Amino acid sequence: MSTIPGRRKVLKAMAGVPVLGLLGWEALRGIKYDARHDVREEIIQELGLDDLLASVRKVSNIPGDLIRIGIVGFGIRGTQLSRALGFMEKSKFEKELAEQKASGEESLKSQIKQGNLNVAVTGICDVYDLRAETGIATARHDIFTGGDVAKKHPVKRYGKYHDMLADPTIDAVIVSAPDHHHAQMSMDAVKAGKHVYCEKAPVHREDEIQPLYEAVKNSGMVYQLGHQIPQNAVFQQAKEIINRGLLGNISQVETTSNRNTPTGAWIRHLDNSGEPKPGDENSIDWKQWLGKAPEVPFSTRRYYSWARYFDYDTGIFGQLFSHEFDAVNQLLNLGIPELVSATGGQYYYTDFGDIPDVLHTSFEYKDKGTTLTYSANLTSARARPRIIYGKDASMTIGGSLSMTPDGSSEKYKDLIKNGLVDPSKPMIEILEGSELTEAVDAVSGASTSYYASRGLTTTSINGKVWDVTHLHLKEWLDCIRHGGVPSANIDMAIQEAMVIAMADISYREQCRTSWDPEKRMIIRV
Amino acid sequence: MKWQSGLFVALRFLIGWHFLYEGISKLVHPEWSSVAFLAESQGIFTGIAHWITSNQNVLHVVDALNTWGLTAIGLGLILGLFTRGAAIAGTILLVLYYLFLPPFIGMETAAPQEGNYLIVNKNLIEAVMLLLIAVSPAAWNYGLDVLLKTKKK
Repeated sequence: MSTIPGRRKVLKAMAGVPVLGLLGWEALRGIKYDARHDVREEIIQELGLDDLLASVRKVSNIPGDLIRIGIVGFGIRGTQLSRALGFMEKSKFEKELAEQKASGEESLKSQIKQGNLNVAVTGICDVYDLRAETGIATARHDIFTGGDVAKKHPVKRYGKYHDMLADPTIDAVIVSAPDHHHAQMSMDAVKAGKHVYCEKAPVHREDEIQPLYEAVKNSGMVYQLGHQIPQNAVFQQAKEIINRGLLGNISQVETTSNRNTPTGAWIRHLDNSGEPKPGDENSIDWKQWLGKAPEVPFSTRRYYSWARYFDYDTGIFGQLFSHEFDAVNQLLNLGIPELVSATGGQYYYTDFGDIPDVLHTSFEYKDKGTTLTYSANLTSARARPRIIYGKDASMTIGGSLSMTPDGSSEKYKDLIKNGLVDPSKPMIEILEGSELTEAVDAVSGASTSYYASRGLTTTSINGKVWDVTHLHLKEWLDCIRHGGVPSANIDMAIQEAMVIAMADISYREQCRTSWDPEKRMIIRV
Repeated sequence: MKWQSGLFVALRFLIGWHFLYEGISKLVHPEWSSVAFLAESQGIFTGIAHWITSNQNVLHVVDALNTWGLTAIGLGLILGLFTRGAAIAGTILLVLYYLFLPPFIGMETAAPQEGNYLIVNKNLIEAVMLLLIAVSPAAWNYGLDVLLKTKKK
């Protein structure tokens, strides 16, 4: 039998070739058509946003001298900040690493890869022995080198924060004690020549604002308030879009907080089995914890759930609205409003502290023609997005950003008319997460709208995932080493402090508050 | 019988076309990723899906395997080259898609769908059709395999 196939057989064998040819031809036609009708490109060109990624701050890699940090207050936030700096208790670190290895999660691994900030935590101050011990164990193990760097720098516990401030071996201080200590500790720290990273809110009471401002301004120390949101690449791009006027005149900004757990409402004095958490007068320096607050007998409820008491906090305003305000103020430079009005009440978690469960506040910026509204609910977790309303377009901004043209917009009239954009759909979406993070996506269809938006815990810059708190601390350290002004600097902090004080007074004293810019004081209306 | 063979081959071309173009469109859009599909996964494979999406390296491998797998299977089916292997590989791939997002009662998904499905969806039907191609000699006519068979003899 011949091994050369017959002509008929060859034809039979090649039957698929014309099919393949047809598919290739059509696919090429499709690619060419898409290139000519690239809506995404067209919208980006039209809006002049092709250089938007340039607005994202690059993560610097400038080496500097070791900075020795002291932490005052080693509770939940103190632990989180230590982790963002690269310090974790050895046993906790190893356990979590093993768990993540088993589940394939990479958050801890990617955190290690973020790089060494060249800091050592050499001082811990906490009124509670147990927490101080946890702090010391944490400071003794850094996650970048497996603990080697931390081993070289002994950690000291200070009974009083003044002793820590007096120690010349401490270069900078993180204030993560309860809110009623923030202003005093920050002031004392800068006066002692220490740089300060202070958790929000910057102050507890109105009369602390001006002294804090003057103390920081006169000290020359670097002050950073703990708001990590502006470190998110999405926010930096949102700012650029707003600065280019793409939303048109902005008439309203809507912000919210929505939670529905006792922990979320700062009821934290019980452990998982419903028993009171540890700690008593013997192990907690209650007098120091109270500070200038009214003297009351030791209370586990007050110690763990302090955010619910006006003696130690402004509650929702200081804990949650502070983040919202900073995010909006970084985007729009709103500053201090002319008039504030807050209402709400404690309707659900009654008989536990002072703070309301539901709160509604409006902030009038008459000179800017803008109103900021803030609505919080501690008994419903229904999420409401943060929205900026402009005459030509509105923007929803959280972990992701989307900008939707307004049907009555003059600016986008032609784009809407020729069908390039549609008022019922976003025209620009910047999605946070994995591959899509850095892509500016102008969307003409609904296809990408189902991608879940991510939280504000991480951001992606140059293809690398960063913890935003790490970036925020890094910015503070960079400014200490090389000069410069951090994003949540004292000027921003003072505006925030004033806005919170106006809202807090309005709620507690059931009045409206206005701002006298000449006398720089709050007036009850 | 001639008609039967012709229709089998036509079915092979059609499914091959579908696979190949799915592969090509992913090749020309390198920003494509299976992450959105996997994030919607429900049922027995949810754990694996989340493991894949949480791990960038694994995700890249899965994306590449999927894109090139679709392309190779599509080419095989259209050209009739290693037809049975291509059909079986295609069946496996479709069954995987089916299991990652099965249209079972109570498994709602946010992914956009163009129809309504209960247990049976197009992935399942296409998988069974490919299996039919894999076991039906009538579908293997008209393809490069004919030449390979000749050479072996």
